[in-house]
Amino acid sequence: MDLLIDLIQLSIYGIVLGSILTLGAIGVSMIFGILRFAHFAHGDLMTIGAYVGLSFLVFTGAPVWWALPAGMVGAALTALLVDQAVYKHIRRTQPVILLISSFGMALVLRSVVQLVWGPNVYSYTGGIQRPWWFGDIAIVPNHVWILLAAVLIVAALHLFLTRTRMGKAMRAMSDNMDLALVTGIPAERVILITWILGGMLAAGAGVLLGMDSRLTPTMGWNILLPVFAAAILGGIGRPYGAIAGGMIIGLAMEISTLYLEPSYKPAVAFVIMVAVLIVRPQGIFKGTL
Amino acid sequence: MELSGIAAYLVSFFTFVGIYAILALGLNMQWGFTGQFNIGVAGFFAVGAYTSAILTVPESPWHVGGFGHPFLVGIAGAMVASALLGLLIGWITARLRTDYLAIATIGIAETLRLIIANESWLTNGVRGMSGIDRPFAGVFQTLGLTSAMGTLIVVTTFLVAVYFLVERARQSPWGRVLRAIRENEPAAEAAGKDIGRFRLQAFVAGSAIMGLGGALYAHYFGFLSPEAFMPLYGTFLVWVMLIAGGSGNNKGALLGAVVIWSIWSGSEFFMSAALPDAWSGQSGPLRVILIGVLLQVILISRPQGLLPERAPKTVPFGKVANRKERA
Amino acid sequence: MSLLLVADIYGGYGGADILKGASVRVERDEIVVIVGPNGAGKSTVMKAVFGLLRIRKGQVRYKDEDITNARPEQMVKRGVAYVPQEKNVFPSLTVQENLEMGAFLLSGDLRPRLEKVYAVFPKLRDRRRQQAGLMSGGERQMVAMGRALMIDPELLMLDEPTAGLSPLLIDETFGRIREIQALGIGVLMVEQNAKQALAIADRGYVLATGANRHEDTGPNLLANREVAEMFLGG
Repeated sequence: MDLLIDLIQLSIYGIVLGSILTLGAIGVSMIFGILRFAHFAHGDLMTIGAYVGLSFLVFTGAPVWWALPAGMVGAALTALLVDQAVYKHIRRTQPVILLISSFGMALVLRSVVQLVWGPNVYSYTGGIQRPWWFGDIAIVPNHVWILLAAVLIVAALHLFLTRTRMGKAMRAMSDNMDLALVTGIPAERVILITWILGGMLAAGAGVLLGMDSRLTPTMGWNILLPVFAAAILGGIGRPYGAIAGGMIIGLAMEISTLYLEPSYKPAVAFVIMVAVLIVRPQGIFKGTL
Repeated sequence: MELSGIAAYLVSFFTFVGIYAILALGLNMQWGFTGQFNIGVAGFFAVGAYTSAILTVPESPWHVGGFGHPFLVGIAGAMVASALLGLLIGWITARLRTDYLAIATIGIAETLRLIIANESWLTNGVRGMSGIDRPFAGVFQTLGLTSAMGTLIVVTTFLVAVYFLVERARQSPWGRVLRAIRENEPAAEAAGKDIGRFRLQAFVAGSAIMGLGGALYAHYFGFLSPEAFMPLYGTFLVWVMLIAGGSGNNKGALLGAVVIWSIWSGSEFFMSAALPDAWSGQSGPLRVILIGVLLQVILISRPQGLLPERAPKTVPFGKVANRKERA
Repeated sequence: MSLLLVADIYGGYGGADILKGASVRVERDEIVVIVGPNGAGKSTVMKAVFGLLRIRKGQVRYKDEDITNARPEQMVKRGVAYVPQEKNVFPSLTVQENLEMGAFLLSGDLRPRLEKVYAVFPKLRDRRRQQAGLMSGGERQMVAMGRALMIDPELLMLDEPTAGLSPLLIDETFGRIREIQALGIGVLMVEQNAKQALAIADRGYVLATGANRHEDTGPNLLANREVAEMFLGG
C-alpha cells in the first residue's frame, strides 16, 4: 500500500518533470527538423529564459506568472542574436560544425548568466508552498500550474503548427528541405521563426523548471541530457513524439528514485536513451535523424 | 616572482600543455581523421585518471584501493579501461548519425561524473582522491630533479611516442581509409571497406589515448575530484585546441594545445591584473566567454585552423575532387 | 517571344560539366518533352533552369528576361513551377496543406486557387484532409502537380511525372497534363515513357551526353528512325 502511494506521488512529480522536458524536447526536435543539428546550447537557453523572467519579476514586482512571457522574450531574442551572429555564418558548412559551435555557445551562455546574475541560487517565490492533501497524496499548487502552463504552451504551438501558414511551412521544411526550396518557401524566414519558437519553448521549460525547484547557472545544462533523451525517444525531428518522450523520461526519472539515489536521475534518462538507440534508433515515432 | 617560481610555473605550464596535447591527439584520431563527434572527452579522461589512481594508490579507509601497482601498470590499466568504454559507445552508435554519437558521448561523460560523485566507496566522491604518486619520483630524485620536473619528462616522453604513433597511423593505408570514409562514405563503401569496423577502431584508439592523458593528469596533479571532469576542462578546451590548431593535422593538435593553453592560463593572469577588485570573482566566466567567442570566430573565419590538414602523398579514391568542394 | 529559352548551357555539380551545350525552347501553351538515354542530363537541364545547380556558360531567358542562375524562390515568383521526380510531396502534411505550401509566396485568399486545382484533380478534393505520405504513388503525383499549379504558373516543369506509375495511371497523368496545357500553361517535361510523351507533345528534344541530338515536333521525332532505334526501343 505504501508502495502504491509512493508510486502515485512519484508519478505526479514525473508528470510535472515530464511536462518540462516536453517543452525542451519539442524545441530541440523542431530545431533539428529544420536545421539538421542537435542544438547543444538549448539547456543554457532555458537558463537564460528562467533568469530573464526572474529579473523581470524583480524589476517590475509583477506576479510570478509574468516570468513566463518575459523569459520567452528574453530567450527568443537570445536565440535570434546567437543565430544571426554565429550560426547563420556556418549554416552552409556541415551541420556537425553547427553542433560544435552550439556546444561552445552553451558554455558562453552559461558564463553570461554567471556574469550577470552571479553564482547564487535564486527562486521565484520565497517560502515553501503548502501542499493540498488528497488522502495520503500531496499535490503542491505549483505543480498544477506548471502542468497547466505546459499544456497551454503545447496547445498554442499545436495551433500555430497546424493553422498558420508559417507553422505549416515549418512542418514542410522539416519534412523535405529540398522540396520546400523549390516550392518557394523562404528558408531564412522559416529559420528565424524556428529560433524564436525554439527560444520561447526553452524559456517555457526554464521558467517552469525554476518554479519547480530553483534557479542556478547550471540548471539548463543539467537537464539537457534528459531533454535529448526525450527528443530521441519521441523520434527526433518529430515535435509531437517529444510529448510522449518527455512524459516517459520524466516518469522514469522520478520513479527510479524508489531504488536509486535521486542524483542519478539524469543517468536514468541516459540509460533509457541508450536502450532506445540500440533497439529502435528512430524513436517511438519514426524520427528523421 | 622569483626565478625558481617562474621555473616551477613553466614546468607546470608545459606539463598541462603536454597532457592536453595528448587528449587533442586522441580527439584528432576520432574527429580529425574519421569525423566522429565525441564531446564526452571528459568521460574518457576521467576513466583514465581514476583507473590509474585506483590501481596505484596505497590503501585508504575512504575508498577502494591498496593494490599498489606501479605507475606503468596504472597507465596500461587506464588505457584499457578507456578503450573498453570507447568500444561500448562506438558499438552502440556505429551505424547511427554523428549527432547520436555526440549525445551519447556527452551522456556517458555526465553519467560517469555522477558515478564519481556518488560512489564514494570507489572514488571517495566529491571529497576526492588524493595520494596519487608522481611517476618514478625516486629515480628523478637521485638525478637531482624535482618530481614535477620528472613528471614533465614522463609526460613529454609519452607525448612524443603518441605523436609518432598517431602520425604514423595517419600516413598508413589505415589512416587513408579513415579519411576516405570521412570524405566520401559511399565511395569508401563501394570500394569494399568495412566502414563500421574502421570507425570503431579509430574511436577505440582515440579513447585509449584520452585514457592515457587522464592517467598522466592524475599522477601529475596527485588529487582527483569530479570537478576536474566538468565538460569545460575535460572536453571543451580540448575541442577548441584541436579546431584552432587544425583538425586532421597532428602538428595542429600540438600547436593548438600550446596556443589555447597559453591563452587560457594567460587570461587568468591578465584578468586578475586588469579587473577591478569588485570584479575579481567574475574572471572565471569571462575567461570561458573569451575562449567560447574565440571558438566561434575560428569556426566562422578559419574553420581549417592554424595548420590546415594536408593529405599525405598518395591520394585515395575521390579525395581530390572532394577537397576542392570543401575549400 | 518565347516563354522559356535555354540557350547552349554548360554546368554541373561543381565537378565536370554534365550539361555541354543543351538548348530548349518552350512557347506559350506548348507541351515540350525532353527524352534521351539515362545519364543524358535530362533532369539536370530542369534543375539548371530552376536554379538548383550552377550554369557556367550559356543563358536562360524567361519571357525575354535573363534569368540565368536565378534562385528557385525567384523562379516561383515569376510564375515558374517545378515538380521534382522523387519525394515531391510533404509527407506529414495533408493534401490541402501541401497545396497551400505551393502558394506560400502569394498573399490573399487561397480558396479560388484551391478550387481551380480541385477542378483539375477532383480526387484531391475528396482526400484533402489525408496525409500525403500515406497516399499511393499516383495520388502523390497528383498532389505534387496540384501544388505546382497553386501559383497559377505560366510554365510548369515536370521531372518524369509518370515514373513508377502503372500503365493506367500513366495514361491518366498524360491526360491531366493536356488539361493543364488547355489552361494556357506551357509544360516542359522530362520523360522515360518517350513514346507516349512524344505523342502528346507539341515538340520534343532528344538529349545525349548533355547536348542536343535531335529537335523536332513530337510526331516527327516518333517517326524518325534513328531516334526510334536509339531511344524508343525500336
